[in-house]
Order: sequence, then C-alpha cells, then structure tokens
Amino acid sequence: MSQMLWIGILTLIVITFGALMLGVASLLGPKVKSLVKSEPYECGIPVPDEDKSMSKTIPVQFYLTAILFILFDIEIIFMFPWALIYKDGIEAGQGPYLLISMGIFIALFVVGLVWEISSKALDWEK
Amino acid sequence: MDFFYIFFQVIKMLVIFLLMVTMVPLLVWVERRGSAFIQNRLGPNRVGPLGLLQLLADAVKFFFKEEFVPKNGYKTIFYLAPIVALIPGAIAFGAIPLGIPLDIGAFNAFGQTWGPYNLGFQSFELGIGVVFVLAVASLGGYSLLLAGWGSGNKYSMMGALRACAQMISYELALGLSLVGILLIYGTFSFNDIVNMQEGPLNFSIGQKDIVIGFLPNWGIFFQPLGAILFFVATFAETNRAPFDLPEAEAELVAGFHTEYGGLKMLLFFIGEYGHMMVASALMTTLFFGSYHIPFVTPDGLLSFLNSFMGAGFAKWIQFLIFHISFMLKVIFFLWVFVWVRWTVPRFRYDQLMDLGWKKMLPWALFNTVVTAVAMLLLA
Repeated sequence: MSQMLWIGILTLIVITFGALMLGVASLLGPKVKSLVKSEPYECGIPVPDEDKSMSKTIPVQFYLTAILFILFDIEIIFMFPWALIYKDGIEAGQGPYLLISMGIFIALFVVGLVWEISSKALDWEK
Repeated sequence: MDFFYIFFQVIKMLVIFLLMVTMVPLLVWVERRGSAFIQNRLGPNRVGPLGLLQLLADAVKFFFKEEFVPKNGYKTIFYLAPIVALIPGAIAFGAIPLGIPLDIGAFNAFGQTWGPYNLGFQSFELGIGVVFVLAVASLGGYSLLLAGWGSGNKYSMMGALRACAQMISYELALGLSLVGILLIYGTFSFNDIVNMQEGPLNFSIGQKDIVIGFLPNWGIFFQPLGAILFFVATFAETNRAPFDLPEAEAELVAGFHTEYGGLKMLLFFIGEYGHMMVASALMTTLFFGSYHIPFVTPDGLLSFLNSFMGAGFAKWIQFLIFHISFMLKVIFFLWVFVWVRWTVPRFRYDQLMDLGWKKMLPWALFNTVVTAVAMLLLA
C-alpha cells in the first residue's frame, strides 16, 4: 500500500514538472495570433473546418489489430503467474503437471494464432 | 515510516527523476554527434566543449517559443499529451534498482535517534517489478493517441494510429520474450533477480552443480534468444528506427508531433528518451547482471576499499562504483539504439506488422516452450 502512495507522489511530481515547463514557456513566449499560423500543417491546400482529426475515416485494419491485441495479450498475461510458480513447482515434483496444463493452453494459443494468420486478418495492404 | 524515511524517499525520487531528465540533453548530443560520425560529418561542435552545451542552448530557445494550438485542434488534449508522455518513462524508471542499496547508520537529530535506514537505489521497491514496468511502459500509447487526436491534423492522426498499432503489436512479443527469463528466475522482484546474477555462471543438471568460472552469472547465457527478441521488441516500443514508421518523414511529415514545436516537442523527446532508458535498464537488469561487475563481489570490493580508507567513506565509494557499473551498461545499450538508427533502413508498414505478429511472436512462444521443457528435463 505504501508503495502505491510513492507511485502516486512520483506521478504528481512528474505532472507538476511538465505543467510548470509548459506554463513558463507560455508566459515567456511571444503571443502573436494570425490566421495563417493556426492553420493545420498542409501543403497549401485549405483545410475545411469540419475536418477534425479525420475522425470518420480510420482504416478498419487498426480496429482489427486492437481487438486481436487484447485477445492475445490476455492470453500472454496468464503465462506470467505460471512462470512465477514453475521453478518451485519442479522442485515440489509437480513439473510434468504444470508443463502439460500450460502446454494445452499454449496449444490453444497456437491454434488461434495460426487461424488468424490463415484468415488473413493480419495482412496489411502492400 | 518516520520523518527521515519520508525525507530520504522524496530526495531519492527527485534524484532518480532528475537523473532521467538530465540524461536527455546528453543523449541528444550523443545522437547528433554519433550520427554525424557515422555519416562522416562533424555534427554540432560550436556551443561549449565538443558541442556539449548545444541542447542547453536549444532548451533556452524552446522556452521563448510561442505556444499556440492549431485551428482544428482540441486545446486541452493538445496540451495534455506532452505531459502524459513524461509519465510512463519516469515511473517505470523509478521501479528499477540503479545501484547497490545504501545503508545509513543510526544518527541523532532533533534530540532523538533516527534510523538505521537501508535505502535501495530505486524510487519504490515492488514485488511485481517486472510486470509493473511492462504495464506502465505500455501506457505510452495514450500520449501518442492524445497528441494525434488533439492536433486536428490528418498527418498527426495517421502517425498516432500507426504508432499505437505498432506499439500494441510488439507488446505481445515483448511480454512473451520475458516469460522465458522469468521461468528461470521464478520471481518478479527486480532485487531478487539482481541478487541471483551475482558471481560466476552456475547451474545444476540433475543432481550435479556446474560452475563455469570465466563467465558471470548473467541472464543472457540462459536466454540468448529471449534477450534478442526483447531488445528488438523494445526498438518498436520506443518507436525508434528501423521501426520509426509513425515518424516516416517522407509520408507523414513528422507523425504525431507534426503540430508540436518548442517546449512541447522537448517534453515528447524526454518521454521518448525516457522510454529508451527504461528499455536499456531492463535489458541490463534482466540479462546483463544489473550493477554487478564480473569477478567482483560487493563484499569483496567493500573489504578491499576498507583496507585503505575509512569505513564510512568506503561505503559511499562502493555505492558509487556499482552505480557507475550499472550506468555504463545502460549507456552501452543506449549507444546501440543510436547506432542501429543510423545503420538500418526503415521497414515498410506491412513488413513491420508481419515481423511482429508472424515471426517474433511465434519465436517468443517457441523460446518459452523450449525453456520450460528444458527446465523440466534437466531438473
């Protein structure tokens, strides 16, 4: 619990540092507003006002990658506690049991990965 | 928890954070001079000796730049992104031990006896260190997305999307490449991992203990494939070349920081170099013996130093020597980051994704299975 406190304090220190830097810079810098300066970076083409962050046109491939990441990342997270107890488990004579149970899990993982690759979900446009 | 404990803890956190921040100008100097030497140029050499003060001059200039938000941008998000970019690097760096713990004996102050204190050279000692660092370091994706979204520019958004997709894709390989080494250590705590890497290389096959005297007991000798996979994945995590697709200048101007300039840009730089430092420190801690020096034990060094100086002074010198040993290893890996950036050409985006999902992920899985089976057969 006390370690969580220190993490919180360090986060506050970092945020204060960043905010302080930005605050000082915005105090010291010049403030000359002009219409051309606030245009988004572009090669001279006028940008329409409603074109905010191109939010309507995100390629679908990014969504697929994100969904697959969540699936596989959760599966990988299950291997961490297993890695933690495996060494002690071998010494306690439970090695084969631990290996086979994780082996089944990894086999499922491999089947999923092979299926994703063969269904071309991971192929990007060349 | 008493007054001096809190005092030392806050001092320690500030020192480690400032250590990270002050490394950034040096790293930028190494990057620019190093690239110049690799490309047969001179690089910045006018400001100060060897151009060392170049980034100090740049930082002063950054303070006097105008801060403005582009027309289509969202003001709050636009200013929030560089601050958020600082957090993951700083917090992850705080969890890694940077040197041998320092003992401070009991002393008198304010009419009372305080201590003794045993201070590890890290901001917080966590039992789940490795998982914590992986979790916090992956928060870096948020700052990229916030920057891309807040800028209101299609190049920024494209760069941010690419950066984020790349980061999460390589995070799988990154996490999985560490399972092998965690199987061997059987702990998540950095301090335990560091203590296990002391002394000469030793392991046991069956009932027989084998000691190889001329090699240190480092993780790299148990997990060479895991170390390589981990290091390659960290290149993608930090968005460095050859994985710097988010910044592909030829297609995307400058990626997610197209609209950023001045001090906000500097904060992004601190974040990126902070990530590099965390990656190098993890590489050092997990695979290259952390602060341990080959053929030298902490106790041996202390008794050697005690033979010709006072006990109080020797303790500090020992502390300093081990910290320098750690930093030298970290600096070596940071140099590899710079070296690779100016040597290897950039990937195409589909090649990058193929490498992450179809090559590194299966290899990391293979590494895990082989390690587990070998541990069981040789036990």
